[in-house]
Amino acid sequence: MNKEAKISCKNIWKLYGEAPEKFLKNTNNNPTTEEIKKNNYIPAVRDASIDVNTGEILVIMGLSGSGKSTLLRCMSKLIEPTHGQVFFEGNDLLKASEKELIDIRRHKMGMVFQHFALLPHRTVLQNVAFPLEVQGQEIQKREERAKDVIKLVGLEGREKYYPRELSGGQQQRVGLARSLAVEPDVWFLDEPFSALDPLIRKEMQNEFLRLQSMLKKTIVFITHDFDEAIRLADRIAIMYEGLIVQVGTPEELITKPATDYVAEFTKDIPRSKLLNAESIMNEKDKKPYENTVNYSDKIEKIASKVLKSESIFSVVDDNKEVIGSVSKKELIKALFAEDKNE
Amino acid sequence: MNKIKTILRGKFFFIFGPFIFLWLLRYIIPNYTISSKTPHWAYIPPKSCLGGCGSIDGLIPFVDWTNALIQFLRKYEIFGLFTFRDFTRGIASYVDKFLDFTEAVLHKGFPGYDVGPLPWIFILTLTIILGFYLRGWRLALLGGACFSYLILFSKRGIWELSMKSLAAISVSAPLAALIGLCLGILAVKRKRFANFLWPMLNILQSLPHFSYLILVVIFVGIGTKAGVIATVIFAFPPMARLTILGLQNISQEIKEAGVMAGCTKWQMLFKVEIPAARSPIMLGVNQVIMQCLAMIVIAAFIGQPGLGHDLLIRLQGLRLGEAFEIGVAVVLIAITLDRYSQALALKEPERREGNFVKRNPYLCATFFAIIICSILVFLFPFFNEYPKELTVSASVYLDNAIKSFTRSLFVPLGIFRDWMLIYFLMPLKAVFQSMPWTGVILFVGAIGWKLGKMRLALTVMLFVFFIASSGYWVRAMITVYMVFASLIICALIGIPLGIWASKKESRTKIVLNICDIFQTFPSFIYLLPAIMLFQISDVSAIFAIVIYSSIPMVRYTVFGLRNVPQQIIEASITSGCTDRQLLWKVKMPLAFPEIILGANQTLMFALFMVMIAGFIGTVDLSQEIFRALSFSDGGKGLIIGLCVAFIGLTADRLLVEWSSQMKSKLGFKV
Repeated sequence: MNKEAKISCKNIWKLYGEAPEKFLKNTNNNPTTEEIKKNNYIPAVRDASIDVNTGEILVIMGLSGSGKSTLLRCMSKLIEPTHGQVFFEGNDLLKASEKELIDIRRHKMGMVFQHFALLPHRTVLQNVAFPLEVQGQEIQKREERAKDVIKLVGLEGREKYYPRELSGGQQQRVGLARSLAVEPDVWFLDEPFSALDPLIRKEMQNEFLRLQSMLKKTIVFITHDFDEAIRLADRIAIMYEGLIVQVGTPEELITKPATDYVAEFTKDIPRSKLLNAESIMNEKDKKPYENTVNYSDKIEKIASKVLKSESIFSVVDDNKEVIGSVSKKELIKALFAEDKNE
Repeated sequence: MNKIKTILRGKFFFIFGPFIFLWLLRYIIPNYTISSKTPHWAYIPPKSCLGGCGSIDGLIPFVDWTNALIQFLRKYEIFGLFTFRDFTRGIASYVDKFLDFTEAVLHKGFPGYDVGPLPWIFILTLTIILGFYLRGWRLALLGGACFSYLILFSKRGIWELSMKSLAAISVSAPLAALIGLCLGILAVKRKRFANFLWPMLNILQSLPHFSYLILVVIFVGIGTKAGVIATVIFAFPPMARLTILGLQNISQEIKEAGVMAGCTKWQMLFKVEIPAARSPIMLGVNQVIMQCLAMIVIAAFIGQPGLGHDLLIRLQGLRLGEAFEIGVAVVLIAITLDRYSQALALKEPERREGNFVKRNPYLCATFFAIIICSILVFLFPFFNEYPKELTVSASVYLDNAIKSFTRSLFVPLGIFRDWMLIYFLMPLKAVFQSMPWTGVILFVGAIGWKLGKMRLALTVMLFVFFIASSGYWVRAMITVYMVFASLIICALIGIPLGIWASKKESRTKIVLNICDIFQTFPSFIYLLPAIMLFQISDVSAIFAIVIYSSIPMVRYTVFGLRNVPQQIIEASITSGCTDRQLLWKVKMPLAFPEIILGANQTLMFALFMVMIAGFIGTVDLSQEIFRALSFSDGGKGLIIGLCVAFIGLTADRLLVEWSSQMKSKLGFKV
């Protein structure tokens, strides 16, 4: 097992149907797609193995029905996997007793839900203090802590409001605050911004990045929106029909898609947002030109000035040393590369 | 040849084939008629002597067996210590303790401490404040008006009677709600218990009240506490249902949020699930209260004093003016309690900030009201007991008005009644009475089979077999005829009214509001106009049934028509549909499954009302139940009750299945 891994999933299976454990055993825990279909099982997660490293943002993405939410719920044992192992800080979660599980959830895990899942009969303050309340913390202490977290997510002054009085974005801020109230090590977010308007979504993504820059949690984030995944992820895992098809950094997925499915997914992603000057530069040309660009600048940022001018640009690293060059030619090649492949 | 094959395979043949076949038997078998002394076994189930040829003419002596069981429970001492009856009576004595308290508060007072009952001014003021708190001034006005009526029209003691009834309700309603809640929770948490509870609830809710009244008399006795226990048995099933529904419909995410916060099972239940389902649960409480009110007249049959008891006596004596006055009191209390509890169910917590008074305005208002009322009561006897001289009664005028009204309508109503009897009811009755039980069994079985469910077919056939073999087939068919006749009239009234109402938003609102008000009337109230208009006959029974059970017909028709997706309507209009085409080609087919559900509800309502109409003398199962009640024949009461329940369940199973199949064919969610 990876030492750094906070959560480690080994060969997780989740099948729906009659006596799925027996079926898995009969097929040596490795049934084929045909076998599954023939026996009328619905595969939610198939043989998923993945590590979540301490302090990283792992985004699991896929279309609806791809099993991403199920996999997330297996990680917190909200759903019992049919087969496989889940290690949380090295302990097998599936062997943990009910009491141990409650303890882990109370102190180490926080979760944010797509439709907020706020308790409608409680005020903002009571909602945020809820996880502390079930731990048995006394009222003054927990409300103090809740107030701090509410301040952190920017909802000061709304403590006495009821969820129905808040907008969707504000409600999800309450959701974020509630999940952070216990200072969890691991933060699960299940499509937290999917139910929000596009503008609000962007704002909340920024909010999320701001929080993470302060808190440095280990994060598993579910989304079906590839743009969102690229914006937030350290690593992305792409799921398709219950299988994890590829795990990698955003750049890796775009430049080296493992399957056609991944390629199809990443096709519409504007490369300009993802690739930086370094990844497209002409490495052989190390002449210092008059104009320079930083190696980490995204194409998006440099495109207009490179395309407008007829000259070549030097690519420099952080020490201002020239490591290559970029011109119109490289830019166009990078931006429209897929046309050439077809 | 092919043609015959298609006919044999067709829908029509499967549904009506067995039926027609057995009807034709009457021409083959010589002694087929009901009136003949020895009807053929295929028509009327023969009498067997399995139970020693006792008083019951059944094929299987269910009644004797049940009575034997009851005897056993009465006599057999568990561990030689106490009988089952001792046990039930023991429970009843606890109920009595609560009753002593509420009765003391509301009308008896505490003689031991020289304290009288709660003065009327307290009840009136607190009701008004509660109304303000729950919804606003309109509700407060309703509550105020209701209790003002009770005070003002108290010449014949309506106030005391109301307090007696309320004392009983304030024990039975919380008890029923608590039992329903616990059973509902248990059913959600334990699948196996749910499998047991659902059919029990189905049977309990379709069993006519009178049949378990007899059992209550046997095991508890008579009087207020017996009434309370009968009421609880009747009122808890909807609470259990709504609790189950509410807990099952909590969004998965909210439950997961609870689990992820680290809730234990009990924390889950009390901090997450019950609060999240509080609206349906409180609607359950609303239902419980309404059922309790519906029972105040029925519980009077086993000696519970109160409004119901006096209403019953006046109905029996045909003192309609006085009955009307009491009826208004019952209706007012019903509407008030209904609206109050509905408001409670829908109430959202409100945000209030500021000092203590600002945060808790109603608490403070209540506090001050109590102080002021106490001072008033202390200073002026007027506020303690409303003086009898100032009460009024309209019963004399009402009596006269009713008399002159019916006198002026005597001839046309008489003609109408006779016409209904001769040309509609009697022929229909003849049809139903000539139906052979074997044919009916095959008929329901064929429908069940046609709907594609072997299990369903067997279940409904078993239901019909039970009715046939119990020895009450002829009576049961009269009940079926009354229900069917009412259903036809309800459809003729309800569907057009529903169509009319669904045309415009404003009409819909008005009609649904009227439905709401009508539905809160306790069922016995409907007998009043029926007796007024048609005296005592099948027509008056059917009249009472029809007004009561048209409500769901209208409601479901409106619901079905208004729920046709807007897109489909727009698409049809742009295709050039006229209004009429839109209705008949688009809206009606889409609303049809809902209308079938409406018919099913109408049937249930009608079956329930038929039993009450037995009070004004019909010759169906209800008469037998009343007879069993007066002889305290528990076995007979229960078996007839089951016959009624099975009539209802047979229709219910088939219609609901049919409707949901149609819905899924139309692509609606079921």
